[in-house]
Amino acid sequence: MSAVDAPVGLAGRLGQSAVRPDGVAKTQGTFEFSGDLSADGFLWGATLRSPHPHARIVRIDLSGAWKIDGVQAVITAEDVPGRLTYGLISHDQPVFAHEVVRFVGEPVAAVAADHPDTCRRALEAIVVEYEVLTSLTDPEQAVDGSFPPIHPDGNVIRHQRIVRGDQTIEGPVVVEGTYELGMQDQAFLGLEAALAVPDPGGAGVELHIATQWLHEDRKQLAACLDLPEEQVRLVLGGVGGAFGAREDISLQVHSCLLALRTGRPVRMAYSRHESFLGHVHRHPCRVWMRHHADESGRLLRVEARFVFDGGAYASTSSAVLINGITHAQGPYHCDNATVDGWAVRTNNLPCGAMRGFGVVQACFAHEGQMDKLAAAIGVDPVEIRLRNAMRTGDHLITGQVVESVAPVERLIRELAELPLPTEPVGGHDHDPMRLPGGAGLTADPATIRRGIGWAISIKNLMYSEAFDDYSTARVRLADGVATVKFATAEVGQGFVTLAGQIARSVLGVGDVVLDRIDTHIGSAGSTSASRQTWMSGGAVDGACRLVRERLFEHLAAVHDLEPFQLAIDGSDVIDTVGTLRVSVAEATAGLEFDETFEHHHRPTEDLDEFGQGNCHTAFAFAAHRAVVDVDPELGLVKVVQVATVQDVGRALNPLSVTGQIEGGIAQGVGLAVMEEIILVDGHVRNASFTDYLLPTFLDMPDVVIGLVEEPEPQAPLGAKGVGEPPTVSSTPAVVAAIRDAIGKDLHRVPVRPTDIVFG
Amino acid sequence: MSVVVPTSLADALRAVADDPDAIVLAGGTDLMVEFNEGRRRPSSIVAVHRVPELSTWHHDPVAGTLRIGAGVTYDEIERDPIARWVPALSQAARTVGSPQIRHAATIGGNVGTASPAGDGLPVLAALDAVVELTHERGVRLVPFGDFMVGPKRTVRQPGELITAVTVPVLSGYQGYTKVGVRNAMVIATASVALVVRPGAVAIALGSVGPTIIRCHDAEALVSAHADFEACRVSDDVVHEAAELVRAAARPIDDHRSTAAYRRHAVGVLAARLLRRAFQ
Repeated sequence: MSAVDAPVGLAGRLGQSAVRPDGVAKTQGTFEFSGDLSADGFLWGATLRSPHPHARIVRIDLSGAWKIDGVQAVITAEDVPGRLTYGLISHDQPVFAHEVVRFVGEPVAAVAADHPDTCRRALEAIVVEYEVLTSLTDPEQAVDGSFPPIHPDGNVIRHQRIVRGDQTIEGPVVVEGTYELGMQDQAFLGLEAALAVPDPGGAGVELHIATQWLHEDRKQLAACLDLPEEQVRLVLGGVGGAFGAREDISLQVHSCLLALRTGRPVRMAYSRHESFLGHVHRHPCRVWMRHHADESGRLLRVEARFVFDGGAYASTSSAVLINGITHAQGPYHCDNATVDGWAVRTNNLPCGAMRGFGVVQACFAHEGQMDKLAAAIGVDPVEIRLRNAMRTGDHLITGQVVESVAPVERLIRELAELPLPTEPVGGHDHDPMRLPGGAGLTADPATIRRGIGWAISIKNLMYSEAFDDYSTARVRLADGVATVKFATAEVGQGFVTLAGQIARSVLGVGDVVLDRIDTHIGSAGSTSASRQTWMSGGAVDGACRLVRERLFEHLAAVHDLEPFQLAIDGSDVIDTVGTLRVSVAEATAGLEFDETFEHHHRPTEDLDEFGQGNCHTAFAFAAHRAVVDVDPELGLVKVVQVATVQDVGRALNPLSVTGQIEGGIAQGVGLAVMEEIILVDGHVRNASFTDYLLPTFLDMPDVVIGLVEEPEPQAPLGAKGVGEPPTVSSTPAVVAAIRDAIGKDLHRVPVRPTDIVFG
Repeated sequence: MSVVVPTSLADALRAVADDPDAIVLAGGTDLMVEFNEGRRRPSSIVAVHRVPELSTWHHDPVAGTLRIGAGVTYDEIERDPIARWVPALSQAARTVGSPQIRHAATIGGNVGTASPAGDGLPVLAALDAVVELTHERGVRLVPFGDFMVGPKRTVRQPGELITAVTVPVLSGYQGYTKVGVRNAMVIATASVALVVRPGAVAIALGSVGPTIIRCHDAEALVSAHADFEACRVSDDVVHEAAELVRAAARPIDDHRSTAAYRRHAVGVLAARLLRRAFQ
């Protein structure tokens, strides 16, 4: 039954493709994104940024800016009342650079003025004298200690080993490779924007902001502003995509400082160019791997070395590192491992969270290795993966037992059954747009070669390493209407849809009102790590169940029944052993039930010095098969099809799941063949959508989707997070397909035309 | 900043003559990017999108020419009837940006910006198009090959407005092909236009030098050795022509690609166009 033809009152429940409450507004262009916010008498804010990757600040002269009419505030590090630095894990990043700048784009000063043009002139009028220093841009120089520390915390953000099992096992079959990934941008369409509104008298501030985690922002913000957290209130502004880039502080502190300084609302909004400089990116990474296997291709030992370039500040690099190295074995059984991982500091752009969070890097390497292993023993890519497929109950190289549903073999077998494209190169209609090169009309069909590639992934869900991760929800049921309150950042993923589905399913209501998303309730944790369906879904579900218990208790008392006899049937409460049937609306007329619930996942542990410990919460798996057409002479690629089977636990909203999978594949295809921030000596060469290329419709393959629905026992709704896995293994599948088409060993993404032609 | 929005050609010419430093806005798909990124801060702008005389074209079947007004958009050039008369220009038009961009972008703007990566320009070069420059005092006609003298540099004089380009309407093969890292909506990393006339070919390259490059050696070779009657050319000639095309290119390394790749690519593209033309 589709949501459309479901009886009134049943539409939009769990398992149905309920319609997004914000869908019409977003489609028609009336949705208010954070960039659309304004307030009476607001000022514009703007940021002065470092032009150098590494330099000492000799002198800052603000007087020129103050002389410009309309300038209301000019602030630097001197004006930060509280903590001078912030950061998600360690507070190592200055609100404004103080004495030294460590990357191109680091904020040095900010201004507030009556017009964006006044801001621009004010920034131009600020004189900063720099003494340019030698830059650390090669992460290996941070690893080997050959470069003097560029930060008081040193150049190594974190080093962690994993040592498990027999360290002496060698061969008989050995394959080795070094893999590299360029810096990918999250490239959300809704640029960073915020509106900060000061309280009268400067006692506090209200910040409307597009972010991923309101409460974490508040914690860092309050410390920098030297205000009690209660005096700092955050409201979610409309978010146009996130993908990890909104986890860190960007313009939060600057906009609030300017608002408190001027006593007027301050609006800040980044341009696309500034956005590239103003948020963290996916870590460029170099991974060396050596796999030892027996003659049949079964893994005996994995050796690996990872170097993640964290850029100038730590952000989440230490967690990204742990994700990368703990997934080095991939979704395969392997008893022995020797892994060495580094996350280091350089004068490149800071890196942090992006969809896949370290596992993208690991998967690109281990899947390249699995194909090499298949070739070494003479089996196909499917067979090698089947022989090694991880199962529930297997150990990870951290010693952790995989208790999650781990249907790896089933994913592979079902993926093999999905149809391959039936059309020949260029399609039956010889449409040149379907060929590599597309609109450029470069291709001659006879020279095109087709390739097929496979990749499988394992991805941890939720936060790791002993973090007490939780989410809070409050549900009020009155007169047949449920009102749901949470601080879960809706970044486009559709939690606002799911929350309504949960409330309708548990409470039998038709109308669900979603309260404003803000900090007037406990934290929901971050919208990241594929965690909100599980965590905030669990919180809303828990709160709804508490409300339902209260309702049943009330009805049982009124009708002289036992509460456990009662159940929700459609939009009614019924007595399962008697005759009572009363609509929820009628049963709650004039009454109110109000409950708050916090969902915590089970605790995790830190890793010990050998990288052993139950550091992760749960896992999801995905399999991808890519079909590409390649023009070997020009090095151009058309990804024809990506087929995938994903382990989702339970598809609570099949349309949303499809959206996550297609979007994740688009991002994975982008990393495979075009998306890269190009840095030369710490300077960005392509900070615009003219030259940072994202896949267009013509670059996007047909996507064929299969879902494996084996409900996850640990998950409150049986559903696993679905956001990250599509991005993790789609990239290596595309690259494997290109290798298959041209017979060359490609070891770097994005694959460039030059790699195909001259590689 | 002042903005003048003339509604007739006479007013436009007056505006340009009155303020020789004014930037002419003719679609804005290049200029606004530069403006928004702060690379350019013009003090005055003459926006010509409301000048009706500029957005018309005229086909002269007797002379065998098509005069395309500078304000004609790439969206219109992409379609019939212009696509029928100058198919290579239509192919180039299809590679310009997105549909939204093509609705705004004009051929006059493309010519005026004179970027080596301008998509229409190799086709105009291969067609021996003539650029019409109009001043209040009169009109001068400049062959495209003499018009562009460097990256974003032309012979247009202060007070002159690009009012049209005139191209021949030919019956032989003509094609445009372009390499970018994306399958649409991408700046050319290398492009080639080929135009076949009775007994002669013209080959022009984009994005591989400071200006659009005509490959005179390759043209002479093919013109001498191709069988225009039977529409045949030998593989050897194609290979040799491709080498001459590569030799004519003067590419650079930048963030979009390498000189080596660009040089390689124009040879491949030229060979493919020759095979399409002579099959």
